[in-house]
Amino acid sequence: MADQIDWIALAVFLFFFILVTVMGFFAARWKAGPVNEHLDEWGLGGRQFGTWITWFLVGGDFYTAYTVIAVPALVYAVGAYGFFALPYTIIVYPFVFAVMPILWKVAHANGHVTAADVVLGAHGSRGLELAVAITGMIATMPYIALQLIGMGVVIKAMGLTGELPIVAAFIILALYTYSSGLRAPALIAFVKDIMIYIVVLVAVVVVPARLGGYGAVFAAAGEAFAAKGGATGLTLKPAQMLPYATLALGSALAAFMYPHTLTGIFASKSADTIRKNAVLLPAYTLLLGLIALLGYMAYAANIKVTSNNDVVPTLFKALFPSWFAGFSFSAIAIGALVPAAVMSIGAANLFTRNVWKSYVNPDISHAGEASVAKVASLVVKVGALAFILFLPTQYALDLQLLGGLWILQTLPALVFGLFTRWFRAEGLLLGWAAGILWGSWTAWSNGLKPLASITLGGANYVFYVGLGALILNVVVAAVATVIVARISPRRAVAAS
Amino acid sequence: MWILLLLPYIGLLWVPFYNFEEPALFGFPFFYWYQLAWVPISSLLIWLVYRSRTPDAAP
Repeated sequence: MADQIDWIALAVFLFFFILVTVMGFFAARWKAGPVNEHLDEWGLGGRQFGTWITWFLVGGDFYTAYTVIAVPALVYAVGAYGFFALPYTIIVYPFVFAVMPILWKVAHANGHVTAADVVLGAHGSRGLELAVAITGMIATMPYIALQLIGMGVVIKAMGLTGELPIVAAFIILALYTYSSGLRAPALIAFVKDIMIYIVVLVAVVVVPARLGGYGAVFAAAGEAFAAKGGATGLTLKPAQMLPYATLALGSALAAFMYPHTLTGIFASKSADTIRKNAVLLPAYTLLLGLIALLGYMAYAANIKVTSNNDVVPTLFKALFPSWFAGFSFSAIAIGALVPAAVMSIGAANLFTRNVWKSYVNPDISHAGEASVAKVASLVVKVGALAFILFLPTQYALDLQLLGGLWILQTLPALVFGLFTRWFRAEGLLLGWAAGILWGSWTAWSNGLKPLASITLGGANYVFYVGLGALILNVVVAAVATVIVARISPRRAVAAS
Repeated sequence: MWILLLLPYIGLLWVPFYNFEEPALFGFPFFYWYQLAWVPISSLLIWLVYRSRTPDAAP
């Protein structure tokens, strides 16, 4: 039955997909600048996005299609624990408000395009610059791959099989990103976000009404978890509380270290744009909380799935008419295009500025930077596509998990330098390496689970490995800074 | 005023404070509506801090 092509849904889906494709190509002319002459134009949309564009763009690439699929899937599978995405996407904003305007000012004053540019400017260390750049590129790749998985889930739900539809969608995406740069996802984000808002508002009103209200939804989920047993339920088990809180905090600190979120920050018009967005972006978090509840609605609707990721599409197909199911699926698929485009642009900017310009061609012109970045964005996307086509899906999930832990280790190098010059580059580099090595090793030896455990005074504490690695990172950086300062009291002059 | 920014961290990271089902609101167990309520509260707190700070000098 799932293999039957749903023509109405497919037609609606194609209509919206073609609409955004046309928009993607025309975006080059929107708020037009010389897209091919400067990386600021192609890679940051001309550094001119005001409050609303930034709101749509950051909302569009932070709350990804994969979120819409994976968060309800996790909530469906384990219950309350899957909700850590909610506190995570709330506490991220006080951090954004306090830190990101300062980062923007530094980047704006010095013409920085990437996190690694800022790190080089602050610490004058090529090693630290490369460490931050490579971490960003590697952490982004599996994230793009996950967007493809999200798109694949809804395409499959419409009855299309095989990999051709995803390949086609991705080639189109790659082409208009190549020609329009950041303007394409910024423009498409308007459509995507409005569509997602419509879908979720309809779902949270219509679905409980058809299933007997939220009380019935929670009751159905509670019964299912009681029957299932184990570490599931409508509230957390005592042993889940610390993992829940540390996952939320660690993820919140990591969220704006990624190239795609930082690209949204650097592309803003002013520091105030970012502050206003810290106030306004939580609207998406409300949406996310409601999306997460789809996992419980699936129990009330008696949905049975073989793969948890199919929960949302199966629920939509069961409860919505075909045309609205098609609308919902296109919202999710377009929701995959926006972050995938911004991520590839963020990674391409890193490659251009911090690998190509730093090591291959230091005298590159502005136009040269733009053309290197355009090609790099293609390579990044083809790489992510190959990843999904030729390797098991699980690899992308595992790498994405490790990516979060890795990107978090760039926080001291990037953020501490905005507030203090006390830390030495050598110390920060050593701390980064210690955090990445310990974190990866711990996650690996726990069967790629994001949790580590420590025994203190006879009690066993389980926490998010990324946060543990960050603490180790900071401690190592501080100790090494003290030692380096003893050996050579005068620091190398920062190159800027 | 900046101290207000710490409140969401305290309210949400101290899980034992909200890890129960009662009292429910509109069918939502406490665990859920409490956390959802922090979304507008956090927005409001950030906005209060935003209002209280001295604006950036005009560029």
